[in-house]
Amino acid sequence: MAETKKGPKRDLFPGTPTPSSPRRPGRRVYMVSGGVTKFAKAHPTMDFRLMCKRAFDLAKADVPNLTNAMIDGSRVSYFSDHFSRQLKAASMVQDYLGLNPRGSVRIEWGGATGGECFQAAYEAVASGRMDCCLAVGYETMSRVPTWKGNEFIALASDTNFDFPLGGFYTGYYALMVNRHIYEYVRRRKFAHVKDEREAQRLAVEYGTRIMAKVSVKNHRNALDNPYAQYPKAIDVEGVLHSEMVSYPLTREQICTMSDGAAAVFLCSEERAKELTDAPVQVTGVGCGTDTMRLADRPFGKVLLTPKEKAEEYADLPYPGVHSFRAGRAAGLEAYRHAGIEDPNRELDFIELHDAYSSSEIQTYEDLGLCKYGEGYDFVERGDPFLKGVDYGFEVPRAGAIPVNPSGGLIACGHPVGATGLMQAVFAFWQLEGSIGKHFGSGRLQIPNARRGAIHSHAGTGSAVTVSILEARP
Amino acid sequence: MSRAPLTKSRKFTEVQQRLSSEGAAIFVDREGKEALYVLSPYRIDYVHSYAEDSPFFLGLAEHRLRGSRCTGCAYVYGTPRGHCQFCGEPTEWVDLPLSGKVHSWTTCHFGSEAFLKETPYNLVLVEFEGVNSLLFSRLKDCGEKDIYVGMPVEARFAPEPKFSITDVWFVPATKK
Repeated sequence: MAETKKGPKRDLFPGTPTPSSPRRPGRRVYMVSGGVTKFAKAHPTMDFRLMCKRAFDLAKADVPNLTNAMIDGSRVSYFSDHFSRQLKAASMVQDYLGLNPRGSVRIEWGGATGGECFQAAYEAVASGRMDCCLAVGYETMSRVPTWKGNEFIALASDTNFDFPLGGFYTGYYALMVNRHIYEYVRRRKFAHVKDEREAQRLAVEYGTRIMAKVSVKNHRNALDNPYAQYPKAIDVEGVLHSEMVSYPLTREQICTMSDGAAAVFLCSEERAKELTDAPVQVTGVGCGTDTMRLADRPFGKVLLTPKEKAEEYADLPYPGVHSFRAGRAAGLEAYRHAGIEDPNRELDFIELHDAYSSSEIQTYEDLGLCKYGEGYDFVERGDPFLKGVDYGFEVPRAGAIPVNPSGGLIACGHPVGATGLMQAVFAFWQLEGSIGKHFGSGRLQIPNARRGAIHSHAGTGSAVTVSILEARP
Repeated sequence: MSRAPLTKSRKFTEVQQRLSSEGAAIFVDREGKEALYVLSPYRIDYVHSYAEDSPFFLGLAEHRLRGSRCTGCAYVYGTPRGHCQFCGEPTEWVDLPLSGKVHSWTTCHFGSEAFLKETPYNLVLVEFEGVNSLLFSRLKDCGEKDIYVGMPVEARFAPEPKFSITDVWFVPATKK
């Protein structure tokens, strides 16, 4: 089955308008410092204000010349009011940090809350409104039981048509990856198998074994990250045989709920020079969106990277539910902004929003690290793995473009409002060459890292941000 | 009258359990620092309107599955929406076929708190002939091992409507 459905759609819907940001480049924006708390199941003796203060103090400690008087304002991110049952919590963070009466605003954008907060602070500086903007975010998910927490997260799906069916984000991602496996594994690698059910069974078996390798990678990378919640020397069998949560996603392929906070300082060029000799420039920002409901996703044409041709995807209805058009749009915008033509060659690493092992593979394709359909081969070749880490299987091209050297969400945890900022902090430390100092071991330091990307992802792919960070010695 | 001293525990899970019976408990961390926990209930009944989606839910009670068609570009939505996402024109109501195929699926062995007692349950996105977008639903009377992409399915309706999207679900098609 699954022949492309009849109807007007493919001609009617030529694809997404090409992202063309920035219309006008603003001022140059630099990241001068960042800090995170350890991500943990719970931080019982710290509330959100104190967690943010800890991350803020850590970030400040690395730039001793930065005084509170230099901070022009803040952008504060947390995802859900339900988790703390405290509305206007961002004001309490601003208040606790002693930044009143300066400007501050709360940012919420689902799972991409942290990534969007980073870009909001970027805009405050690029526009000239501020010379130094704090981006700080947190989540305190331990305040409710895990399954109630899942319910709160699932309320970020359409409450008329989606949530009452059994609203559960792992279920949504399982649906998406089953179609991804169908499109790219069943149709391509098992096209010769005539029995439809047998072909699909083999395809899922093949796909999930590779998804498990992504989970192994992220868990094992995190063994040297003291901020990570869930480092683990797990193997492929361990991942595959952990509890089935939503077929085919097992527990070890899913990020956990966490308490944690992260803080980042973004500055204008002049202010950055006063504060540090090694600022990191934010050279690209991108943001993309898609329909809230999976059922509404169009079956149109692929948004192409400069390396792709429309003919390659003539038979691929896009994005359907197998790919994240928002991620592709965000990536293309950020790459264009940063002047990147070939992300594989021009990026040294990516901190990618791996809420699920499956979505990491789907996102390789969206970000143009490989073509649509090649995500599984990309893992098998070893491109996203780190050199010098023992994963328990062959990774021939390890180090080609490490993805989630920190361990990502799967191993670090996912305190939603902090996550995207945590990625910025880890990316900053990579580019500053200070992983050894901050992690207590340099094993995760990528040698000569010059340019990295951070990727933050919301909903079932309803919003994605990509930001490019670049060392400017 | 003073109450019994609060339970102190170094285990977070134990604190959580104590709260439900005692209303308050103390967590003690490794350094001996204490955090006082209290139970803080939060319950609310919303007066929710289906608003422009109402005809869909009223249709389910009549055992009709209603989508919508754009009056501008004729795109047909398997999940209705009032205005077209491509051209912005209003849509009109159309009846959808009562049988279709599985576009993708999963079986949930866990779920949000509200649905935990229903596990395992199957979620499916259903595609219909001549319809451009999908419908999200449950698939019943079918085990995880029997479901596949492309499987023919047909709609069933709740005899006693609850005016929820769960008033419709799908089962494996009886005739091929």
